[in-house]
Amino acid sequence: MFDTNQAKTNALPDGVGVGYKPQHFADLIHNAGAVKWLEIHAENYMGEGGRPLAQLRHLAERFPISVHGVGLSIGGEGPLDADHLARLRRLVDWLDPAVFSEHLAWSTHDGAFLNDLLPLPYTQATLTRVADHIDQLQEGIGRQMLLENPSSYLTFEESTIEEPEFLRQIAARTGCGLLLDVNNVFVSATNLGYDPRRYIDAYPLDLVQEIHLGGHDEDEDDHGRPLLIDSHGRDVADPVWALYDDTIAAAGPRPTLIEWDTDVPDWPTLEAEAARAAARLEKVPA
Amino acid sequence: MTVTQTDFRAGLMDAARPVPPGLSDAHGAGAGKRFDVYRNNVAVSLTEALEQAFPTIHALVGDEFFKAMAGVYLRQSPPASPILSQYGATFPRFLSGFQPVAHLGYLPDVARLEQAMRESFHAGDAAPADPAALQDLPPDRLMSARLILAPATRLVRSPWPIHSVWMATNRDGPAPTPGAQEVLITRPEFDPLPTLLPAGGADFIEALATHSFGAALATAQRGTPDFDLTTTLGALVAGRAIARITEG
Repeated sequence: MFDTNQAKTNALPDGVGVGYKPQHFADLIHNAGAVKWLEIHAENYMGEGGRPLAQLRHLAERFPISVHGVGLSIGGEGPLDADHLARLRRLVDWLDPAVFSEHLAWSTHDGAFLNDLLPLPYTQATLTRVADHIDQLQEGIGRQMLLENPSSYLTFEESTIEEPEFLRQIAARTGCGLLLDVNNVFVSATNLGYDPRRYIDAYPLDLVQEIHLGGHDEDEDDHGRPLLIDSHGRDVADPVWALYDDTIAAAGPRPTLIEWDTDVPDWPTLEAEAARAAARLEKVPA
Repeated sequence: MTVTQTDFRAGLMDAARPVPPGLSDAHGAGAGKRFDVYRNNVAVSLTEALEQAFPTIHALVGDEFFKAMAGVYLRQSPPASPILSQYGATFPRFLSGFQPVAHLGYLPDVARLEQAMRESFHAGDAAPADPAALQDLPPDRLMSARLILAPATRLVRSPWPIHSVWMATNRDGPAPTPGAQEVLITRPEFDPLPTLLPAGGADFIEALATHSFGAALATAQRGTPDFDLTTTLGALVAGRAIARITEG
């Protein structure tokens, strides 16, 4: 169990951040508007030098940075990739970010990285494995991590534990914090046919140190039921904003990220989306 | 029923396989099309990574063909690490053996050029040496000095006119004519710059890694008696590729 008393204090402000895209570099320096912090994908900043690291060095002088890993495969059946863990440590040591987060998912198996956040069943066995991997990660990078809930398109017949309870037990065993992706809750609830508000009610909101919001696409499954895809390619849907309002009303204000990773819009569009979140956040008493 | 990650991965990478049993749509039926979301995410995201890495190959063969070819490559060579900026290092070799592009003999070497440019983009930083230091050195000391090149420097040699192909595709350059070309890649600031070298230029620059300036010059002149040192040095200086000049 990671000793959170020795952990770095969460330095993300209770404001709104955006996922950083290089095309927005100049706008961020001159006209950040509602955007108070930035999130980067760790794996995009593991080169030796050049523009990515130069931009990041510049931005880190102006904004708190959240490092979001998308490739460690914490939910993998095999051992964590020691080389990748060392690269994460190097990045975190250099950048000293406000927070580090990763996903309840797997992406690497038998040496192949599949570049997607793949699902795992929720059982006592997977709970133990994920907790062991998080212990190893937190020891490896020398700080607490936040664990993010996935968007789900299907379920495992072998699962025996509800996702909020699974996350609660992982956090209790490892001392990790949580990153609550409200869009993922809405997507999973719609796809798997449950009430997203029941999920939020069951979720340990006191452990949430960051919230994600993003856009999803709408499709249908083989039986004509709605199948939402977590695409991060458009604005946040109205029912997700409503679920966000309920979440921060219950949890209090939390640092909130707008994720827009495909069909990336121009800066005024992205900043306006951040301002929408900021206006909602400001209405919530601290 | 347990679904192992071996089962899951096998189903992901082969759309002809049935969806692993043990996955459900949460409404009492199998996962069906829901599993395709993951299949699609993997194939689309890795194809996009290859497209970003090899934009010239993409332009040369066209979007539809590139996507089909990427689908073959990513199934036989999925990424070995989560750093996607390194994915595709074996793509040039794959192109050499991929029958449908066998008639485009230059394609693998154009891909090697793009791979070298991508390596240059992410390579370590180095402040350039003052070019005046090179000019100010007396000839005998210059001949025994070592030129240390920036980490972002790369060389690609080809029996094909790869620089002309790259320029025609990306910079509206004239149509390529047959002939071997040697390309120097430098990174003057953040964007890699491919420069066509005169004959012997690659021999000279390659020899600099292990030899003195004078020995490298002799190497180049052995293969190319009229070796154009001025143009070659000019390309290194313009590309800010000479990081240090050491003597002794």
